[in-house]
Amino acid sequence: MQLPSATLLAQSALSGVFAGALYGLLGLGLSLSWGLLRQINLAHFAFAFLSAYLCYQLSAVGGLDPLLTLAVIVPLFFAIGVATQWLFARFSISTFNSLLVTFGLTVIIESLIQSIWTADFRRLESVYGNARFKVGALYVPAPELLTLCAALALSLAIWGVLRYTDLGKALRASAEDGAIAQAFGVDRDGLALLLSGVCAALAGIAGVCLALSQTLAPAQIYSWIGVVFAAVMMGGLGRPLGPLIAGIVIGVSEALTMAITAPSWAPLVSFTLLIVVLLARPARI
Amino acid sequence: MTTLAATGQRRRETTRVAMALAATGILLAAVPLLGLPLFYESFLYLVFHWIVLATSWNILSGYSGYFSFGHGAFFGAGMYTTATLAAKFDVPFLWTLPAAALVAMLLGLAIGAVVFRVQRIRGELFALVTLAVTFVVGTIVLNTPIDGGPGVYLSGVPVPKLGPSPASSLYLMALVTAMATVAIAYAIYRAKLGLALFAIHDDEDVAEVMGVPTFASKMIAFAASCALAGIAGGIHALFVSYVTAGETFTITVPLTVVLMGVLGGTRYWAGPVVGATLITTLLYAFTAGDHAVAGKAVFGALLIAVILFLPDGVLGAPWLRRRERAPSEEAGGDATVATASVSAVESAGARAPDSRVASPAIGEPLLVASGIAKSFSGVHALENVSLAIRRNEILGLLGPNGSGKSTFINLVSGHYRASAGSLRFDGRDITNLDAHRIARLGIARTYQIPRPFAHLSVLDNVALTGMFGAAALERAAAEREAWRWLEFTGLSGKAAALPGDLNLHQRKFLELARALASRPRLLLLDEVLSGLTPGEINDAIALIRRIRDGGATIVFVEHVMRAVLALTDRIVVLDHGLVIAEGAADAVMRQTEVVAAFLGAPNA
Repeated sequence: MQLPSATLLAQSALSGVFAGALYGLLGLGLSLSWGLLRQINLAHFAFAFLSAYLCYQLSAVGGLDPLLTLAVIVPLFFAIGVATQWLFARFSISTFNSLLVTFGLTVIIESLIQSIWTADFRRLESVYGNARFKVGALYVPAPELLTLCAALALSLAIWGVLRYTDLGKALRASAEDGAIAQAFGVDRDGLALLLSGVCAALAGIAGVCLALSQTLAPAQIYSWIGVVFAAVMMGGLGRPLGPLIAGIVIGVSEALTMAITAPSWAPLVSFTLLIVVLLARPARI
Repeated sequence: MTTLAATGQRRRETTRVAMALAATGILLAAVPLLGLPLFYESFLYLVFHWIVLATSWNILSGYSGYFSFGHGAFFGAGMYTTATLAAKFDVPFLWTLPAAALVAMLLGLAIGAVVFRVQRIRGELFALVTLAVTFVVGTIVLNTPIDGGPGVYLSGVPVPKLGPSPASSLYLMALVTAMATVAIAYAIYRAKLGLALFAIHDDEDVAEVMGVPTFASKMIAFAASCALAGIAGGIHALFVSYVTAGETFTITVPLTVVLMGVLGGTRYWAGPVVGATLITTLLYAFTAGDHAVAGKAVFGALLIAVILFLPDGVLGAPWLRRRERAPSEEAGGDATVATASVSAVESAGARAPDSRVASPAIGEPLLVASGIAKSFSGVHALENVSLAIRRNEILGLLGPNGSGKSTFINLVSGHYRASAGSLRFDGRDITNLDAHRIARLGIARTYQIPRPFAHLSVLDNVALTGMFGAAALERAAAEREAWRWLEFTGLSGKAAALPGDLNLHQRKFLELARALASRPRLLLLDEVLSGLTPGEINDAIALIRRIRDGGATIVFVEHVMRAVLALTDRIVVLDHGLVIAEGAADAVMRQTEVVAAFLGAPNA
């Protein structure tokens, strides 16, 4: 086996960082709703793809700048998240049943996407799509860089809110023991609605990043689940910086595996990592 | 009388189920002879296929609550074993099936051997580990000569001639496997193993302390579950005749299986059968026609509706369960339960097992703790405690909150592992023995805050320790034993109820009945009286005296001094994890150190 050149390795490590940023961005909302609301929201992926298709529609057909579509997408998905949480609270759904209900939701959204945009691949051609910089010997594509910045900014912002504000304290307290938090005057139900809205809005933002950097097809909703779950679990549930850090670790190790061996070996690395983390340090989760 | 009726009823039910299964099997086996269009056979094949997968999944995951998302891996292991043996080595197809079962089972056991030892991996974490294993196995299969990328064709593999056509042969194989799987799931459901798995589902730590060999139970259930999935995979390889890693090791198989189980009801042996039949039919009906996309959406909506309105599955639906609960509620007039215990003690005491006429004499040490210590990351809960508990005595263990009493009980019952020192029970070293082995040797305990198995009936809660504790009874005998102790504690009117329907007093007595049904030689009572009214305490004191007269040795942790003075032969006082006094209760309680420990130093 021949080792690729240093430049190639550095370039793949960089693309691993970018892939990891997308994992982290997709995982952020998932981790928050799992850790703080005890819901495993499979529909998070469907929301992201729905948002990606909306972004595609608004900019490829409607002629809007892809980043401006956020002005529509963020409030829309916030509302969707609030509505989902209302349903969950109304029927007091257990953690495991939340997985099944959101799977049902995913299937519905998938068929919705398929009936509007067909099962064919769609690719958004935008001003950002082909823009790239050259830093030294390395190419930096603009959409991926945007994703990384968004992931960093959002993760840090949410980390700060959870850690330093009263709102964050209330959220963490009601995740620890909802009934007790409520007894101390925390509006648990209101917070849950807010948090679920934020998580869905995060899915919306991740969707715009997806639309900018990836080719879209409805069936691809499922192809992200495994690796993003790995990032969420490794990063620790409910920890805002976790998915990004773990995502980048996974992304880089996958990219290096692909460069050194064959692309088809990549899942082995991420999932072995996940298993090792679960077995060795389950206390984190 | 009630006991015999219940046992007889169960035996009749078993016969009924066996006959129903046999009759269904024979009827369905005749389908290929009807000459129906091919479509029916392949549709029914798929139904049987999913019944095998969903039912086998349910054996571990539904019964014990360890939701596996790795069924794709076990199914795939079977698929690729058959594909490799049949297509590459020309092994006759039927011979590949045992190999498929074996490979899938070994894969499951290897995962279980690691994962079941890590205590924190339960619930969602188990789901993720097994899902990750699926992708790892899939990647390995894809990148090694087992598959290598292009997939494996089985078109050249001859289908064994069991029916009029190859399609009907496949149909018959799937039918036989489905019937066998359902029969195994039912047998486990009715066996001791089934009760063990349901107890693990509710509270694994308590199950272990009550004598359930939790690790072995999970391994056996996992092995059965994986082997059956492996066979389903082997048959399916021939059915689809082209196997690819990309379509086998996915999240789709486990998700479908989980949905089927949850839809039908994971607590019922027939639940996955109902779920698999419904979902396969729905998928077929909705996605086969011209409106496949709309059909998929309807499928998703139906799924949501079922989970929202029937969270316990179709078989858990209230209108089906009411019929089942009704007869048992008629059986017990429960109005007198709260006051029945004293008279029950009087009448049942004489019939208590091993009962002797007079209070037995106190003998040589039964349990000896030497220098036992327990610390939690630096905090010393118990330091260097040495004490002996003599046969047939009631030893009171006293001390302020946080003095180490409950820690001592947790150490003796095996719930905690000791940091230092040793424990000998009846001359045998039991330090750091697995909790279920300690229970088997004859040590039983109650929990200060009752921890009954929430989804098991009161009767099953008590019968469980009869089966897995020192008595090691068979299920029918354990139920007879359980009835006796329910009468003894005045709970027989609540035998069919769930623990959630009991009040605190009754739940405390359930703890007691559960400990007694194992016929322990050493009984550890952790504050059984706290929270009871003075009248209830009187009942309990009489009860405990009666238990000792039955031949048990008792360690009695209690704050109610009236009971301590009335019952104990000797007391040991702990403070900050150390023994500070020992002797007869009234004398010890006057010692200045003891008074200081409870009330603070006199001059403070």
